[in-house]
Amino acid sequence: MEIALAAAEAAALCRPDVIAAYPITPNTHIPEHLSDIVAEGRLDAEFICVESEHSALSACMGASGAGARVFTATSSQGLLYMAEIMAIASSMRLPVVMALGNRALSGPLNIWNDHSDIMSQRDTGWISLFASHGQEVIDMVIQSFRIAEDRDVMLPININLDGFQLTHVVEVMDFPLQEEVDAFLPVYKPYASLHPDHPCSMGTLGLPEIFAEATRAREAAVVNSRKTILKVWDEWEKRFGRRYEPIESYKMKGAEVAVLTMGSMGETAEVAIDALREKGVPVGLLKLKLWRPFPYEDLQKAVKGVKSLIVMDRAVSFGGPGGPVASEIRSALYDDPNRPDLTNYIFGLGGRDVTVEDFITMIDKVRLADKKRPKEHYEFYGVRGE
Amino acid sequence: MANKRWPENWQDVTPGCIVSEPGSASQYHTGDWRAQRPIWDNTKCIKCGVCYIFCPEGCIIEKEDGFFEADLDYCKGCGICAHECWPLAIKMVEEG
Repeated sequence: MEIALAAAEAAALCRPDVIAAYPITPNTHIPEHLSDIVAEGRLDAEFICVESEHSALSACMGASGAGARVFTATSSQGLLYMAEIMAIASSMRLPVVMALGNRALSGPLNIWNDHSDIMSQRDTGWISLFASHGQEVIDMVIQSFRIAEDRDVMLPININLDGFQLTHVVEVMDFPLQEEVDAFLPVYKPYASLHPDHPCSMGTLGLPEIFAEATRAREAAVVNSRKTILKVWDEWEKRFGRRYEPIESYKMKGAEVAVLTMGSMGETAEVAIDALREKGVPVGLLKLKLWRPFPYEDLQKAVKGVKSLIVMDRAVSFGGPGGPVASEIRSALYDDPNRPDLTNYIFGLGGRDVTVEDFITMIDKVRLADKKRPKEHYEFYGVRGE
Repeated sequence: MANKRWPENWQDVTPGCIVSEPGSASQYHTGDWRAQRPIWDNTKCIKCGVCYIFCPEGCIIEKEDGFFEADLDYCKGCGICAHECWPLAIKMVEEG
């Protein structure tokens, strides 16, 4: 089944009450298929065909405030159109679940895969998960409702799947049964809802006397959500036998060089790591699945003993000190006196394909480099003329 | 704003800054913000109620004798009532 359709089926298994979404390539199949599921009568939900992504997230927020379980999906420019409300959904502590088919931000107009869309929204206070293949997409969509709606969390959450590289790829996947999802995901009991029997105000004005405290409280909520995420992942492993960790290690035993990826490029990197390990090269792979809250402890543990870390970025932070992922990793490891050397490659922009050979070339370039070579903060790979 | 009680610490802020007390905005006396106040000249007032309708705060009240006055706990002194009054019965006078 196509992964985007699988994401829709997974969302439908979670029995959302309201789905408000607007189509945008490469994400369209997700809301489109959900509208089919609702029309067929397989899901009793209100599907609102809104006029824009701004309305989509607004409608989802309003519905969530009224106590409904909500789901939406978008990409790139659609996410930017929602940008005004992204921070508000987080500050209002509403458990909106969103699937993001990661697509490049325009200019020039590009509908293909890169991570610039989610990277532009990383500071909005949403929990962010990254899936690297279809099974992870299904699992993470279902886990997300459980994580977001937990009383200790109450935060919006986005599941990132690479546009086209994942959304339009057909894979064999395992769906949990409806009974299994119902057992895992209880009926949503909101902390507060806009019910006239117990009226409340949501999204009120916050004067300077309170804004700092409110923001501090929100940061605490995002950071503390880690406990619930790990607990939910433990339960998922018990129920379904598939293990999830904030950073998954692949062939890291004795690795001197490690590659860090996010999303579907991890699958390609695995093949490259296998090939290099065959030749006896001590190289391993770290697949980052939990982006927000940032997995500090897991990162520190994962790079212990690693001499050289290669961080792959699929987005640019123009004029910044490296790609978004590398800047954060570098900053997180700054205080560790034994931190590995960090090389940042920026590649795969706007859907540019990244192959196994590309990974091998990049890894060889780093591990065989002349140590006296001056280190730039980041390097573009695969750009003609570079 | 002395009548507002702020939570002492960030741990005491309600999740999402939800306000659970309905109608609590009435505890916030925005009359403190006023720089001018409306004064009615009841010899000119024709009791049409236009000031009452146009007040954006909804704080103009009809007295028992049918004339109007502003509730100074909430009146911000915007002057819309004086602007809309047909017989020019309302004058905005500086506070203090």
